[in-house]
Amino acid sequence: MEAKIRTRMGDGALVEMTPAQIRADLEAGTLAAAKRSKSAELTSAELDHLSEIFCSNSRFTGVDIGDEVVLSYDGCGSQDLGTRINDLQYYEQYLCADSLELYHHDYSYKPAKAVMAFEQDVMRQAQFVTTAPLGYGAMPDLGLYTVPDGPVPNWSQLLPLGRIAESRAAQEEAVELAADDIVYVADEMVEAGIEFIDLDTAGAAGDADFLAALKAIERIRARHPDLGIQIGMAGEFVLGMHGELEYDGVRLAGLWPLDQMKLAAKAGVTIYGPAINTNTGKSIAWNVARTLTIAKPCCEAATVPVHLNGGMGVGGVPMHVLPAGDATCRASRAAVDILRLDGL
Amino acid sequence: MQITRGMRLTEAKTYVAGKLGVSVLDLSDPTVMLDVRKELGLGGILESGEITDIDDPMGIEAKFNIAAVLDVPVNCVERFRAKAGRRRPAQI
Repeated sequence: MEAKIRTRMGDGALVEMTPAQIRADLEAGTLAAAKRSKSAELTSAELDHLSEIFCSNSRFTGVDIGDEVVLSYDGCGSQDLGTRINDLQYYEQYLCADSLELYHHDYSYKPAKAVMAFEQDVMRQAQFVTTAPLGYGAMPDLGLYTVPDGPVPNWSQLLPLGRIAESRAAQEEAVELAADDIVYVADEMVEAGIEFIDLDTAGAAGDADFLAALKAIERIRARHPDLGIQIGMAGEFVLGMHGELEYDGVRLAGLWPLDQMKLAAKAGVTIYGPAINTNTGKSIAWNVARTLTIAKPCCEAATVPVHLNGGMGVGGVPMHVLPAGDATCRASRAAVDILRLDGL
Repeated sequence: MQITRGMRLTEAKTYVAGKLGVSVLDLSDPTVMLDVRKELGLGGILESGEITDIDDPMGIEAKFNIAAVLDVPVNCVERFRAKAGRRRPAQI
């Protein structure tokens, strides 16, 4: 009788599978990804390595000594312990984060802009007591620019009515407003001492959201040549809420990580973070094989460091508010080993 | 090096190891790096003064040394230097 391996589903549930079942899931995962993203399947040797990682009952696994990568964190100044500055210190001193990110709890550039003077003070003080690179992060979050929260007509209301032209015009207007806010926050935060700015969950509202991020990055890079600019994507595939938007002559709707990375690098980022979604109904082995297949062309062609998003619901990590360490370490090790990542 | 220079990992590790005078493998060896960090004043884990003691730089103090050793501009260091240097004792 074949041995049973304890592993997890994409929702975090602990299940038992045989090595043959895990191997079958790895093969199915890479095949599903290759079909969908038009990437090459993982090689037989790569699947063998993934089988070794997943066909183990050990609680923890890790990369080989010498293969360590940089660990960057979005939103780690959370005020869970004392002040937001205390949280940044905690991440540096006890979680050994390689970079730190202060953020406003609303985590979008539009609301952060309104409290920027206060955020600058916190950033300046945080810089005195931390050593790791410290940046500021938020989401472009284009939806906040629509009524009733913002000045622009709401395309989520217009689209179901078939008012396509108005919906597109609204998104184009929101792009410029969002880019202005992101650049404003970056300028102010550079004054407060940041080492980098993070545009997190870019593309969450679709192609216009991604365009706002790219336009902002281009302007920030021109104004601050030495500033680190990190972008983290919202999902594996840019949704075409507008459908016709382009950056540098490339249509944004439907872009996969390879082309997302190329445009982000062209705009001026120094770190690009692909986000590959987790399927909760499939095993972690299936999800990791799928993630690596989608991300691999991007990592091979990258001209800037790639930090794969690895967290709840992305990067092969279970879609659970408290992802189990046994699954997270396997997903992380697999990504570093196969993709030769620059960071996570 | 990734943040301000956009260096990929292999290049970044080689650069940093060269500047610190250690091997690439040493960079992730805490036994070696504790001495290197202390000697160059790069900061580290505090642990109630048992690891980083009162003579070692911490916080932004260590960042000054990191900027110098790695020969990279560090924004907060530049701003600290500009602000703190505005009123030197002789000028007050």
